[in-house]
Amino acid sequence: MSEKIQLTNKVEAINWNRIQDEKDVEVWNRLVNNFWLPEKVPLSNDIQSWATLTEDEKLLTMRVFTGLTLLDTLQGTVGAVSLIPDAITPHEEAVYTNIAFMESVHAKSYSSIFSTLASTKEIDEAFRWSTENVNLQKKAQIIESYYHGEDPLKRKIASTLLESFLFYSGFYLPMHWSSHAKLTNTADLIRLIIRDEAVHGYYIGYKFQKGLEGLSEERKQELKDYTFELMFELYENEVQYTHDLYDPVGLSEDVKKFLHYNANKALMNLGYEAMFPATVTDVSPAILSALSPNADENHDFFSGSGSSYVIGKAVNTEDEDWDF
Amino acid sequence: MPPTALADRQYAEAHEPLVFTDSKLVFFSSVSENTARFVEKLQMDSARIPLHAHEPKLITTAPYILLIPTYGGERGKRSILPQIMKFLGYEENRKNLRGVIGAGNTNFGEFYCIAAKRIAEKCNVPVLYTFELMGTPEDVLRVREGLETFWTPASQKQQKP
Repeated sequence: MSEKIQLTNKVEAINWNRIQDEKDVEVWNRLVNNFWLPEKVPLSNDIQSWATLTEDEKLLTMRVFTGLTLLDTLQGTVGAVSLIPDAITPHEEAVYTNIAFMESVHAKSYSSIFSTLASTKEIDEAFRWSTENVNLQKKAQIIESYYHGEDPLKRKIASTLLESFLFYSGFYLPMHWSSHAKLTNTADLIRLIIRDEAVHGYYIGYKFQKGLEGLSEERKQELKDYTFELMFELYENEVQYTHDLYDPVGLSEDVKKFLHYNANKALMNLGYEAMFPATVTDVSPAILSALSPNADENHDFFSGSGSSYVIGKAVNTEDEDWDF
Repeated sequence: MPPTALADRQYAEAHEPLVFTDSKLVFFSSVSENTARFVEKLQMDSARIPLHAHEPKLITTAPYILLIPTYGGERGKRSILPQIMKFLGYEENRKNLRGVIGAGNTNFGEFYCIAAKRIAEKCNVPVLYTFELMGTPEDVLRVREGLETFWTPASQKQQKP
């Protein structure tokens, strides 16, 4: 890489006993408690299931995962690190180092999946594909150009869109397999990544909104316009990428709904209104259920006939100080 | 004779700064303001659970719906924020609770909106609705209409435990 990435130019000893923004501690604690490693997931239980996939399905899966590997590598080695110089608090810097490390763990996880399921030749082939696929390379380049750019708030926008939107054309596939009772251990691992990305997107989006405070209306409008422009640019590329990957297995239309659904969430993480109407975000219930097993329960009491009176079915009540 | 622990507690509670509300909607939102934004869009009278310990405690004087976020992760542990537990620690606030609405993120898998579900289970009231982050325009519409219907006298006759 020829260009230099900026480093923070003033380092002070970080004092965790003086907190300027409580979100820093809250998110640090969430991330630390969420820590995991791919070695803990019994991926080898998926070997038999892998053998039931067709050649097209195997190829798709390998390609999707190398695409995700590229994004996680980018976010780990460039993205999260590029946010450090503009951190408002020293604790925010520490949170970014945690995010950067976890992205590297994610990137490595895909290699664990590969080495468990595929041959060296297949793996090399998939990585070669990732360097040659136009749409995949384009999305990495778009994001990277902002990480190298001058505007710290635009870096946060690009970073949030990566964390909360760009991964999802890939995350769709393991959720799809999981809903067909295939590669279920791989899906468990991906769910851990999905959970982490939610916290990352939430936090970077929150810091973006903190950065907006006190800016002129003009500048705020510029950043909002910029967000939607970048979203459209990335979206168009994602649509092509989706067709490229999923057309052979006939899943493109449902993947696009998943893209819309997650684009809305990415915008909300940045504090903006959802852009896609409910008519194009109706992801198939099987995918939503694979993502969040309880989300498909009827929690729309309002539209229910009255028979859907659901008392919350919770896992265990174990929160401390929870007795009255 | 020194005062008993119970007397101490009664004294402390009697002297704790309190604020009373008869709002039908009570919500919690952290400094991220996601949930607050959703509530703003509802354009309804509402009361906010205090964020910091030094603020006056909120006590409800009429039936209400509780709307709270789950920040997820940690396998569901510490899902109910201390401010919300403290709020529900007041008997009046539990007695007046009629239902819970949850904000969350499906990325947290089985722990999606877990705080709302746990409170509903514990207090034996329904989870009325769940939505993600700051809610889509459709969510706002559904909740606004749903709450209006919920509080009409006919619907209340059925709901009341």
